[in-house]
Amino acid sequence: MSITIQIPSALRAFTDRKPEIAVEGKTVREAIGALADAYPDIRPHLFDASGALRAFVNIYVAGKNIRHADGIETVLPDGEILALVPAIAGGAGQ
Amino acid sequence: MIRLPETLDAAIRAEGEKAYPNECCGVLLGRLDADGARVTEEILPIDNAREAGEQYHRFRIEADDFLRAEHVARETGRDVLGFYHSHPDHPADPSEYDREHALPFYSYIIISVRGGKAAELASWELTLDRARFEAERIVSS
Repeated sequence: MSITIQIPSALRAFTDRKPEIAVEGKTVREAIGALADAYPDIRPHLFDASGALRAFVNIYVAGKNIRHADGIETVLPDGEILALVPAIAGGAGQ
Repeated sequence: MIRLPETLDAAIRAEGEKAYPNECCGVLLGRLDADGARVTEEILPIDNAREAGEQYHRFRIEADDFLRAEHVARETGRDVLGFYHSHPDHPADPSEYDREHALPFYSYIIISVRGGKAAELASWELTLDRARFEAERIVSS
């Protein structure tokens, strides 16, 4: 399954400035994993030390946040476009 | 380096005071000049999406709001340059929580608000290895 991943401007430093990356994958998990395998420097920005997707990384498939579908196990049809969209968070101290 | 007009500096300070004792947040819109410096042209205040009981020390800009900001930027020929938020009764230094949730490339402006009055304002950039924030020079324009 050929999937196109749209890379936000903040992360293009890790994809040779490419705004879109084509990967193979049947699910979101496989596609994102393939992206991280192809561009290892992007991995720490997508996954935390335990390997879980960082809380601020949102993934949109066909324009919809996968949190409202099957999450990272969402099945991707061939030719689907997947967008990485950051949520922005922070705050003072504890 | 980020250029921040005095009017927008004042607007960020006002946002921080208005939200006190909670944190305000918003998006910095503008463009990159020929030298790569960020030129802030507009701020886009965003409702803090954290639950009410956490807003005194946390902010969140949801992905949908981020997409809307990018849309506004594209429509006006601008870019999303970064974000601002306030630290009520805390310094304008990024916290460990800020670092864990930040992305490189963007400017992170923090306005300290003490007792309801805006105090120091600083801008920060995350290093590419996520190890730390580095102070970013602010040029008033």
